[in-house]
Amino acid sequence: MRYLPLTDDDRRRMLAAIGVESVDDFFRDVPESARLKEPVDLPRHSSEMEVERVFTRMAAKNLSPDTVPSFLGAGAYRHHVPAAVDHLIQRGEFLTAYTPYQPEISQGTLQCMFEFQTQVALITGMDVANASMYDGATACSEAVMMATRINNRAKVVLSGGLHPHYRDVTATMGRFLGLDIVAAAPDWQGKENPARLVDGETACLVVQNPGFFGHLRDLRPLADACHGKGALLVAVVTEPLSLGIVESPGAMGADIVAGEGQSLGNALNFGGPTVGLLAVRQKYLRQIPGRLVGQTVDTDGRRGYVLTLSTREQHIRREKATSNICTNSGLCALAFSIHLTLLGEQGFVSLARLNHARAVTLADKLAALKGVEVINETFFNEFTLSLPKPAAAVAEALAGMGVFGGVPASRLDPERSELEPLLLVAATETASPADIDGYVGALRQVL
Amino acid sequence: MAAPETTFTGNRGLQLEEPLIFDQGRPGRSGVDLPAAAAAAGDRLGGLERQGAIGLPGLSEPQTVRHYLRLGQKNYGIDSGFFPLGSCTMKHNPRQGEKLARLSGLASLHPLQPQSTVQGALELIDSCAHWLKVLTGMPAIVMSPAAGAQGELVGLMAIRSALEARGDARRRVLVPESAHGTNPASARACGYAVESVAANGRGRIDMDVLKEKLGSDVAAIMLTNPNTCGLFETDIIDIAQAVHDAGAFFYCDGANFNAIVGRVRPGDLGIDCMHLNLHKTFSTPHGGGGPGSGPVALAESLAPFAPLPYVAHGADGFLLVEHEGQGGGKPLGRVKGFHGQFGMFARALAYMMSMGSDGLRQVAEDAVLNANYLLAGLKDSLSPPFEGPCMHEVLFDDRFLAGTGVTTLDFAKAMIDEGFHPMTIYFPLVVHGAMLMEPTETESKETLDQFIDALKGLAERARKGDVAYFQGAPRLTPRRRLDETLAARQPVLRWRPAGDKTVE
Ligand SMILES: Cc1ncc(COP(=O)(O)O)c(C=O)c1O
Repeated sequence: MRYLPLTDDDRRRMLAAIGVESVDDFFRDVPESARLKEPVDLPRHSSEMEVERVFTRMAAKNLSPDTVPSFLGAGAYRHHVPAAVDHLIQRGEFLTAYTPYQPEISQGTLQCMFEFQTQVALITGMDVANASMYDGATACSEAVMMATRINNRAKVVLSGGLHPHYRDVTATMGRFLGLDIVAAAPDWQGKENPARLVDGETACLVVQNPGFFGHLRDLRPLADACHGKGALLVAVVTEPLSLGIVESPGAMGADIVAGEGQSLGNALNFGGPTVGLLAVRQKYLRQIPGRLVGQTVDTDGRRGYVLTLSTREQHIRREKATSNICTNSGLCALAFSIHLTLLGEQGFVSLARLNHARAVTLADKLAALKGVEVINETFFNEFTLSLPKPAAAVAEALAGMGVFGGVPASRLDPERSELEPLLLVAATETASPADIDGYVGALRQVL
Repeated sequence: MAAPETTFTGNRGLQLEEPLIFDQGRPGRSGVDLPAAAAAAGDRLGGLERQGAIGLPGLSEPQTVRHYLRLGQKNYGIDSGFFPLGSCTMKHNPRQGEKLARLSGLASLHPLQPQSTVQGALELIDSCAHWLKVLTGMPAIVMSPAAGAQGELVGLMAIRSALEARGDARRRVLVPESAHGTNPASARACGYAVESVAANGRGRIDMDVLKEKLGSDVAAIMLTNPNTCGLFETDIIDIAQAVHDAGAFFYCDGANFNAIVGRVRPGDLGIDCMHLNLHKTFSTPHGGGGPGSGPVALAESLAPFAPLPYVAHGADGFLLVEHEGQGGGKPLGRVKGFHGQFGMFARALAYMMSMGSDGLRQVAEDAVLNANYLLAGLKDSLSPPFEGPCMHEVLFDDRFLAGTGVTTLDFAKAMIDEGFHPMTIYFPLVVHGAMLMEPTETESKETLDQFIDALKGLAERARKGDVAYFQGAPRLTPRRRLDETLAARQPVLRWRPAGDKTVE
């Protein structure tokens, strides 16, 4: 078997050196009744070629957004990832390293994470960022738990523009921790004022920008309202590329930023793995969950990096830790960081502009179709359409014609009938002018 | 040892110094060319355009590639050499998994495209779940948790939901002293109070202490088996019985499943709930800290509370159940965005299919054989605190260093100069100066022999009193020991431009 170096002869010699007859001797502490005599009921081992055949067959049963015009978003965005990113993250020195507990032989990972933390802090306009969370949704729930620890309050207000998965994950956590989670109704019109739900008992208000339905909002009045009541403003970002042209949450007064980093460097992967971003104001540093990399010097006085402030973490503090997270999204964070390094300021801003331009073009063309309304006055690369037919059926029909036209809002909140006509449509740089025209034509046909 | 020779550049041959990207950027430089955008009719930013520059450095593609390649060379991975990091199962990561997970029909799938267009992906999740159910001997599995710790949390949430459904809210979770830190932290995150249970002199749970602590307000016990001392809990079936008699649930931390995969099914031991780390037993890469994947196997009693979403078999194909009411049961809610770590399922399934039922059984046997071979080779030079045999990892304490002035940390650092990644140190907490070694089944006898010889040599050197050698180690690495106290006392967690006076 190709992953096992021991030969039968090795095994015999090793057993002899240990002084036992058979490997069964090592399992003598296992209750007799639980020792399986035969292999379990699963297929026997396979060659690389045979496994590949099965995977190729499973992959062929799917319709890949690589092969058709695709306008899907709703918290997961298809972008072009430069070839260098995937090459570099597959280098064994990154791919097969563990968490950098031995800094002398982990400076590569550590410096990369220090650079990642800096990049995240810069684009969000915050002071510090951690070395990643699982994904955007769990970053959001961790940000909420962090806020409740900071001001020792239990009420949490979630804007109706928050991604429904983020809302649901936060609600699940909140239920087990005895928090009072107040979730506003889905704000598809972009008209809500969640500040009115914030009172003197509120730990934080969670607002997403751009919102789930694509609307942009000025966070400043919300930050002021929160701070006036002693509450924190948690800003969620599910499309980090927007930060190339939209004012950063930090500059608009957010106290904590929770985000999803998939857009940069990472494939869609059917939703996972991705990478959660978490950035905070300096004064809340000691309450941040997860790993942090810090700069220091070695015994020869040379600059180097280590994991630091670990007294916040589970391996030191156990039940008093700021979170139970251990394994995070290291390699996805590296992909994010490499992509952002390749882009640089100029590329990042230009790519954001390109996305916005494509989305504006698409929105204007779709708005010209009979019965189609673009709900948004503002958006980045994603907006909401109101259709004369149920959006789920339209999306299905479009897929049948080889176009992924968008995500029906009802997919995430099926019990809300007011969302039935709504389709979330995203246009990134991957949507060529021909794709855009193809989509417009297909939608005209379906309606 | 002589001070490092100095060079004009600071580089030393292949050991290349590499500045931060922020020290290399120039305005106007980029590593990406974009298509020209046709002018759109005005912007829709509503006056919220970013004011001011971000401050990201600009690097070309060649500079970027060189930067990360050089940084990679300062890392030690399993691809570099022996990595016996106990509890972490640093086994070989097959490259086939990387290739297959990147097939366009898998990697490029959007999580919310119509279900009719992802039947192959749902089949993949379902197959992965099937293999894991058969291997654990448990009837249900939750695929969505992002890592082991989240699996723990989800398992405990299911337990709490089941207890509350029977009107029996309980407050406490029992966690052995030897448990991983995520266990108590997860219990706390699920709203429980944590109570520690001591080990006995044989490195196992003390049944008498356990029975004393079990009461009507104990919701669950979280036990790692084989435990973090590398030992199988001999009384496991009695423990399960006692836990169930007290009306509590039996959570098993499955981080050490590599020791028993294919030979023992946790379902046969009375376990109600167990997470698996696909990034351990099932060979998905650790990636310098993640991502992982932590599916949780559930007994019949907990299955109805499994969180959303999950894959079901529908009338015409696979069905992704995303909302309450679309399937049966009383789901405890959602714990993660989208549908779990799909890319990791692909890698784990490719691994399981490659090994097969026969190969996975061989994995456990070789992993345990390798660990016992280390124990046999080192027991006279190092000090094992407990009687063997061990399972897939072997624990030593620091008694063999007593009186030498050399600590477990010093010893580990000297191993780095020998070209090994050190074992896990100072964990578990139940022995002094712990050294937990997990060789895994993907190491050859030759590697183990070299390791044993090197460690015997180091132990001898420590006994001879060469403390300075150990305290000065490592010497041959890109950096020598780093000042962790300074890092924590004056945290510098990001680069700042020269002249930026912000204090952290
Ligand atoms: C025994 C044990 N339990 C739990 C965990 C946590 O798993 P993860 O890091 O996947 O969250 C680990 C991982 O290091 C472990 O060794």
